[in-house]
Amino acid sequence: MNIVVCLKQVPGTTEVKINPQTNSLIRQGIQNIINPFDTYALEEGVRLKEKNGGKVTVITMGPPQANAALREAVSLGADEAVLLSDRAFAGADTWATANTLSKAIARLGKCDLIICGRQTIDGDTGQVGPEMAEMLKIPFIAYVSKIEEIKDNYLRVSRMVEEGHEVIETTLPAVITVAKEINVPRLPSLRGIMKSKNAAITTWGIKELGVDANEVGLAGSSTQVVKIFFPQRVSKAEVLTGDAAAQVDKLLEKLKSANLL
Amino acid sequence: MDYFLTEQQKTIKALARRIAEERILPARAELDEKEEFPWDIVKELAAADMFRVFVPEAYEGLGGGCLDLCLVTEELSRVCSGIAVTYAASALGCMTLMEYGTEAQKRKYLPDIASGKKLGAFAITEPTAGSDASNIKTTAEKVAGGYLLNGTKQFITNGGEAEIYTVIALTDKNRGARGASAIIVEKDTPGFTFGKKEKKMGIRASATRELVFRNCLVPEENLLGKPGLGFIQAMRLFDKSRPGIGAQAVGLCQGALEAATDYALERVQFDQPLITMPVVQQMLAEMAIQTEAARALVYAAARYVDSGAKDVTESSAAAKVFASDAAMKVTVDAVQICGGSGYMRDYPVEKMMRDAKILQIYEGTNQILRNAIAVSLRKRKARTA
Repeated sequence: MNIVVCLKQVPGTTEVKINPQTNSLIRQGIQNIINPFDTYALEEGVRLKEKNGGKVTVITMGPPQANAALREAVSLGADEAVLLSDRAFAGADTWATANTLSKAIARLGKCDLIICGRQTIDGDTGQVGPEMAEMLKIPFIAYVSKIEEIKDNYLRVSRMVEEGHEVIETTLPAVITVAKEINVPRLPSLRGIMKSKNAAITTWGIKELGVDANEVGLAGSSTQVVKIFFPQRVSKAEVLTGDAAAQVDKLLEKLKSANLL
Repeated sequence: MDYFLTEQQKTIKALARRIAEERILPARAELDEKEEFPWDIVKELAAADMFRVFVPEAYEGLGGGCLDLCLVTEELSRVCSGIAVTYAASALGCMTLMEYGTEAQKRKYLPDIASGKKLGAFAITEPTAGSDASNIKTTAEKVAGGYLLNGTKQFITNGGEAEIYTVIALTDKNRGARGASAIIVEKDTPGFTFGKKEKKMGIRASATRELVFRNCLVPEENLLGKPGLGFIQAMRLFDKSRPGIGAQAVGLCQGALEAATDYALERVQFDQPLITMPVVQQMLAEMAIQTEAARALVYAAARYVDSGAKDVTESSAAAKVFASDAAMKVTVDAVQICGGSGYMRDYPVEKMMRDAKILQIYEGTNQILRNAIAVSLRKRKARTA
């Protein structure tokens, strides 16, 4: 069984800062991590491989330093890694990202299942998975919390919905996005880490993918980020003073004048 | 401080820390409270290849030495010393085998130790033989088909949980310590049972049990090295394993120092955090000095063992004694800084203090080891005189 796991390198969550002058993400000195939701996708892919055989290919689009995320994925059990890196890919929106990824997946050849995290923690759109399925013209299931059965050309999963679980069957190949309830990702092993240090990482640009520079990156994006900004901090709190009785009187007065009482 | 570890050693240490923080930290209080053997965590350590660290590459290990083992032990002990000793005891249980075993013996046992599928344990202590380790009574009588073991081993770490035991027993009871031999005994060998599980002051996640041998027949091929050398093999083993106890102590020091520092930063009395008070600053500084000095000595002793030097008795003993005394002192002071809260089981430092005490006792009490150092000083003087 050939499994492809898509992952993204994102800034470590606790350390995200935005430059107030330029309204852009400060990336200097920030440790990059594998998007946490994608670690569940990778773990599920590796578990499926361990159970059913086959291989797991991890794929990411990003600058050359995204190599680190792929190496980490290899240390966690991925067999092959592909980095999609080209100046032309920069500034991609979800459509252009999904387009690039799906072209790469098509180029990989036979693939039974594509697993993604439910969303990234930086963009938070959750769109790339379903867009890829559309582009590859294969079925898509979001928020999978359990793979119940997988065999030749058949997949049955359980997924989370607001009031319970839905069980869905589909043919393969298919794209799924997984929720964090699906597993507990393993820690790397020492052998895995050592193997990952020398792992060969394939790098593909527009030439290898055979795509036009106009259909990827910023040029291929139909949406563009105009501005990133912090919501205005409005501090409207008012501190009442005086003894308790006086404060209560003032509070009642305020509530009445606001027609809340 | 930079100890100039290799890239591989840094990787090992970093991953051990990650396991400790992500998997052990959330479980340690409960494991201590329930005195439960940490099988889930042993499996995590195995999956991360931690048991491969100390096994030669030829037997599916990573070929690390004493220092590598110390780095893992230290990081585990920083969070839970009971788990650290469980891990290190598996190494102790197969070090005699690695040193004196035949190719066939190593092939048979080491790959399963390396993968963490099986744990090891070492058994010398008996009711009559603690510090006086040569006064063992367990016999291994040579009979047709192997050795017949009879006797009881006491306070055996990983007892009942380990699969592979290195047991020191008398193959010639008329020769005392010179009649002792090291023999591998597998769990489930008929005649081999376990006595009570001890209730301990500290390191309560670890298992400590009696091993009981009643006409337990072990095949002759389980003998490690030559008969009669068991006691010497055991003494050499401890010379090499003692830096590991030192590493356990360094981990405890580090954990206690961090916990006390965190508390001193947060706790406000007389309108100021404790850490701004000179009396607390003096204590924390002393704890930091003890911790780093212990670490430096332990790493140096471990590296000396790894250099292949023969005369490691003194340096290994010194590292174990100094670091374990430091751990006792540092953990007591950590409880003192944390005050009433530190005495409560909701805070980690009382556990660290309980865990520290055993380090001054096992693998040679600090008094016995000071004796050994003094004997070695006299011998050296005698040689140069």
